[in-house]
Amino acid sequence: MIEITDLHKSYVMGTNTLHVLKGIDFTVNEGELVAIMGSSGSGKSTLLNILGMLDEADQGTYTLDGTLIHNLNEKIAARYRNKFLGFVFQSFNLISYKNALENVAMPLYYQGVKRNERNEKAMHYLEKVGLAEWATHLPNELSGGQKQRVAIARALASEPKVLLADEPTGALDSTTSYEVMEIIQSINDEGKTILIVTHEDDIAHMCKRIVNLKDGIIIDDSIISQVRVKATSHV
Amino acid sequence: MFNIERWQEIFETIRKNKLRTFLTGLSVASGIFILVILLGFGQGMTNGVAKEFEEDAANRIVVWTGVTTVEHKGLNPGRFIELRNEDYDLLIKKYEDDLEFKSSVYRIWSGVATYKNESGSYRVEGVYPDYQFIENASLTAGRFLNYDDHNGYEKVIVIGHKVYKDLFGNKEAIGEQVQISGINFKVIGVYSDPGGEREESRIFLPLSTSQRVFNGGNKVRNMGFTLRPQATFQQAVQHSIAISNEIESFLKERHIVAPEDDSAIDSWNSLEEAKRYYDLMDMIKLFFWVVGICTIIAGVVGVSNIMLIIVKERTKEIGIRKAIGAQPWSIIGMILHESIFVTAIAGFLGLIFSMALLEVIGPNIEIDYIVNPSVNFNVAITTVFVLIIAGALAGFFPAWRAARIKPIEALREE
Repeated sequence: MIEITDLHKSYVMGTNTLHVLKGIDFTVNEGELVAIMGSSGSGKSTLLNILGMLDEADQGTYTLDGTLIHNLNEKIAARYRNKFLGFVFQSFNLISYKNALENVAMPLYYQGVKRNERNEKAMHYLEKVGLAEWATHLPNELSGGQKQRVAIARALASEPKVLLADEPTGALDSTTSYEVMEIIQSINDEGKTILIVTHEDDIAHMCKRIVNLKDGIIIDDSIISQVRVKATSHV
Repeated sequence: MFNIERWQEIFETIRKNKLRTFLTGLSVASGIFILVILLGFGQGMTNGVAKEFEEDAANRIVVWTGVTTVEHKGLNPGRFIELRNEDYDLLIKKYEDDLEFKSSVYRIWSGVATYKNESGSYRVEGVYPDYQFIENASLTAGRFLNYDDHNGYEKVIVIGHKVYKDLFGNKEAIGEQVQISGINFKVIGVYSDPGGEREESRIFLPLSTSQRVFNGGNKVRNMGFTLRPQATFQQAVQHSIAISNEIESFLKERHIVAPEDDSAIDSWNSLEEAKRYYDLMDMIKLFFWVVGICTIIAGVVGVSNIMLIIVKERTKEIGIRKAIGAQPWSIIGMILHESIFVTAIAGFLGLIFSMALLEVIGPNIEIDYIVNPSVNFNVAITTVFVLIIAGALAGFFPAWRAARIKPIEALREE
């Protein structure tokens, strides 16, 4: 599904050049649930941004679902993002003046799906994250956990190949974190490929594989035995 | 443009951001409103000045005399110069090709007119029949003086509307006898004058009669002329100045008056005066335009500012939209579409409101020099479009920049 070879990225900050990624080789197969770990400054968010086509690598190749991602212009990047990827952010990034249903329906709007079908689909994904009755609420009427579930529903709405989550539980307490992780696990059970950036050990262990980054290189990449979140921990 | 999904998206955004929409709209609407009102009053002033000049023929020349103040060719100052019928006859012969209507005027001092128990003091003037056109008078009853009256020394008068009201009330005046300084005159006509009451409180009688009955001999108080029309206003003004100067110096020479002695013989021509007024009007109109354009510029700057703030405020939203697959152009389109929609609606509201205001209060405004302020609809509508285009341009650049920001940077923006 994802294939990365010899990826480099550096940022120019004034006169200094900060070499963030120093040659990453990395493959993810379909249906995997991968945690990318590392201390702050290890380059894990940068890697995720490059994977998400929100940022571009300086060097190296990136293949997503058989498509070589290179020489992106804004237009193509936008199309690929819409077609291949769903995003979940630490700070949720919901549009504040749109209600939950409208937020979820947004990627479908940009796919050119008609309004009725859009709302129907969005409702389906809201049900999936257990928020059907909150459909007409604005983001500021929802709790942090609910917001993140709306964001997950939004990421799923466009039926992406890969779900990218950047510290999805970073702004949540542990109970709601587990709720969110449970949803992520159940989505993964349905076969969706998911990458999660996190620095929390317990969250990482709820995935199937942990990739450890330090100073811009992968220092450890291992399959683990997944810790399932108990279904009783919420609802 | 006709994408219904896009419209729905925009209406939703507008509905959910009422304050922002209202402020944008307000600045556009007030800009248009102020401009239209300003232009309306500019036009009102032009109308007002034009009306002031309606009271007399537009290309009128008047010559009159007074006392000499300058010693000339051995003659002492202090002589009273009097025009004679011969001066008039010479002048109209000399300028036959230039003059259209001409009349000399003999004024009777202390003209008290009496009809039955009513009486009043009016300007009583002996004039030629042409004087009707020089004064721009129109008859509401009877006829004006004619050359038969003049040649026959008829004791007939034409009275102004004010005189008629004073003496006759609403009764029939034609054929009635009115006494002026104890002498009976028959009323043959009533006239009205665009100049209003001041111009309508006069009594005209044939020049010949006035000179004979009131011991005028062949004296003339002043002379009035109008000039034949010229191709352009500019030519008419030049011609008018030239002729009035020529007439003045001709008479000065004939009466042995120093060329520079304007208190002995002086002339006035309405076109020179009119030109001064029209020049002033042009200046005022220009001023209104400058103020109006500055208002529009202020409006454009205001709209630009708001657009800039809107785009800044929406940077994060733009980032989110891009992250979930929005094309850059769809974002630019969304912002422009919304801004054009809002400025257009607000612009037309301002236009309609200001034009309605001018329509309602315009005709009721009765101040000197301001008559029926109104505005050229095409000018107003052009202004609205200028503002809309300016707003769109002002919105375009920040929107374009925002759409080019990498989503990751936009998302970091808090």
